[in-house]
Amino acid sequence: MSEHFDAIVVGAGPAGNAAAYTMAKAGLKVLQIERGEYSGSKNVQGAILYSDALERIIPDFREDAPLERHVIEQRMWVLDDESCTGGTYRSADFSKPPYNRYTIIRSQFDRWFSQKVRSAGALVICETTVLDLHMDGRRVVGVRTDRENGSVYADIVVLADGVNSLLARKAGFHEELKPRDVALAVKEIHFLPETTIEERFNVKGTEGVVIEMAGKITQGMVGTGFLYTNKESVTVGVGCLLSDFKKSGVAPYVLLEQMKAHPAIQPLLAGGEMKEYTAHLIPEGGYNAIPPVYGDGWLMVGDAGMFVNAVHREGSNLAMTTGRIAAETIIDLKVGGKPMSAQNLARYRKALDESFVMKDLKKYKNMPDIMDRNRQFFTAYPNLVSQAAHTLLTVDGVDKKTKERFIRKTFTRARSTLGLFADAFRLWRAFE
Amino acid sequence: MHILVCIKQVPDSAQIRVHPVTNTIMRQGVPAIVNPYDLYALEEALRLKDRYRARVTALCMGPPQAEAALRKALAFGADEAILLTDRVFAGADTLATSYALSAAIRQVHQDLPVDLVFAGKQTIDGDTAQVGPGIAARLDMQLLTYVSKIVSLDLAAREIVVHRRSEGGVQVLKTRMPALITVLEGINEMRFASLADMFRAERHRLTTWNKDDAHIEDVTKVGLKGSPTAVSKVFAPTPTNRRAEIIETQSGQPVDLAATLVAKLLARHPDVALAINPSLELDGRSS
Repeated sequence: MSEHFDAIVVGAGPAGNAAAYTMAKAGLKVLQIERGEYSGSKNVQGAILYSDALERIIPDFREDAPLERHVIEQRMWVLDDESCTGGTYRSADFSKPPYNRYTIIRSQFDRWFSQKVRSAGALVICETTVLDLHMDGRRVVGVRTDRENGSVYADIVVLADGVNSLLARKAGFHEELKPRDVALAVKEIHFLPETTIEERFNVKGTEGVVIEMAGKITQGMVGTGFLYTNKESVTVGVGCLLSDFKKSGVAPYVLLEQMKAHPAIQPLLAGGEMKEYTAHLIPEGGYNAIPPVYGDGWLMVGDAGMFVNAVHREGSNLAMTTGRIAAETIIDLKVGGKPMSAQNLARYRKALDESFVMKDLKKYKNMPDIMDRNRQFFTAYPNLVSQAAHTLLTVDGVDKKTKERFIRKTFTRARSTLGLFADAFRLWRAFE
Repeated sequence: MHILVCIKQVPDSAQIRVHPVTNTIMRQGVPAIVNPYDLYALEEALRLKDRYRARVTALCMGPPQAEAALRKALAFGADEAILLTDRVFAGADTLATSYALSAAIRQVHQDLPVDLVFAGKQTIDGDTAQVGPGIAARLDMQLLTYVSKIVSLDLAAREIVVHRRSEGGVQVLKTRMPALITVLEGINEMRFASLADMFRAERHRLTTWNKDDAHIEDVTKVGLKGSPTAVSKVFAPTPTNRRAEIIETQSGQPVDLAATLVAKLLARHPDVALAINPSLELDGRSS
């Protein structure tokens, strides 16, 4: 095959779709290659769609994108074995269009996005795996697929092949993912009638609720749980560091089963029928784990480049944004008639550094390390917080001052006064 | 030689769920696939193309989204693809579907005579196996169903010899062309399209026909109007939850086991026991 493209995009997730769409729309000759049967067939996410990132690519996406519910309420829960302590932010403002966040079902959403990519003029082929990159010296000049006469060439290859980018590893652009830089998340979708969801979560129309959870549900592992409302279903899942799963020996599905049985969660799922079970790796190594993301003839976007903000549960918006910025970089070079050299593509990394993507990741650069080395945030503290709430909220004739003294004592007994200060300092460092 | 292959886009039945409240089939979010049996038909047509140099046309009736099924057929190697789509076709049963498809095949035939029509043995959504034979009857073609092998094809004599699976054996049949053949699963293994074919399929301009293009004048013969089949009820079968019981006797002899089994069955169904032996006491113990 001698056909030459301006750009080849490997992968049709949000990053790849954003890149392919943006480039095709600008008139570039784009080929997108997806391994799955269709865009979205292999993709897994919670999933929350953050409007802003998509709006910058497809401003009128709300007109026909398959959206489930717009989020009007966010709950943050800390759970111990029996109880949950937490906060809720609910605002009528979130119900004023244009909405800021939506729950989505990725297999439907990605198909819609892929259709947009096609309409923009990109050539999209599925069920085709890219096996290798074609190199000319240090420069990437094309890809080799698993099909007969399967080589195809381009000025630039955009690697959007997701977490654990095998292509980049084969080409030596980065090393194998470390188990502590990646989380394994499992989730289920449970069918529930619309009316049940409205009553149970106190919402109407397309309003929806998001619950983020931490605490003993992860059984001492670094991770979080979540529960999202869709139109006619509820998504529930949990994710922890792969290295922790390995160490603890807890099977991910067992973890999810136990989480679903928690007295605060079980009633929300009662009567539901499980429709789907999926699992996926999430690159959570953060800023310090980001590999080189550009080189001669190639760029890396989305999960492949570790662009996930684990603290704020943001990933797909970083994927779309990096995909868009990569595309804009390529378009600029193309229009300027400049070669796709590492030197010229360095402006991609520079643009990322100036965007929220790198600023946010940089802000939390110490987080993975601090959480990894301080398990008390996932074990001792959820217990202490629950106990404190329980003590304060139980009316039993004991005066409040005594109760406060008792609570203080439970904290210092568990962590020592110095330990408490140290933990506060660590948290401050993590969020600094 | 000109071979026409009928394909249908169906919901992936492995992923279909029944709505727990309304008991209707939940199609939303269920991926659409090419009816798996039709892929065997397509591959068989492509093998004949490889051997005898034929032109292969894929024909599909369905909503505009069915385009995806035809693109797949093109990627595998079909030369032409026709999407028969019109609102009046909606809600068609097998009678109306075979009417519309035959009308379209007649049109294709006028441009380039059709020698063979291939179809899968049935679709996975309806499981009727009626559309293929329906087309053959309407077009007055020889019909060969459940074909497990194409033995030979004589273009000069316009004859084809096939193996047809029948109950308890295999029939070797010879017929003249034009013929309609429905093939069994496992007759072949689907090929893997080349990258060039994938590109060609994506870029191909599909032929889209509405009822006028297919020269269908009598709209009472197509779609819901042309469909005498009425669905009176859809229900999800309740899973049976009876427990199995292993029967054991001291002797372990078949005769004793059978006697024990009969006794147990009759005890559970006294009406049957009474019908066999009206004088029997209804205590569930037969002699």
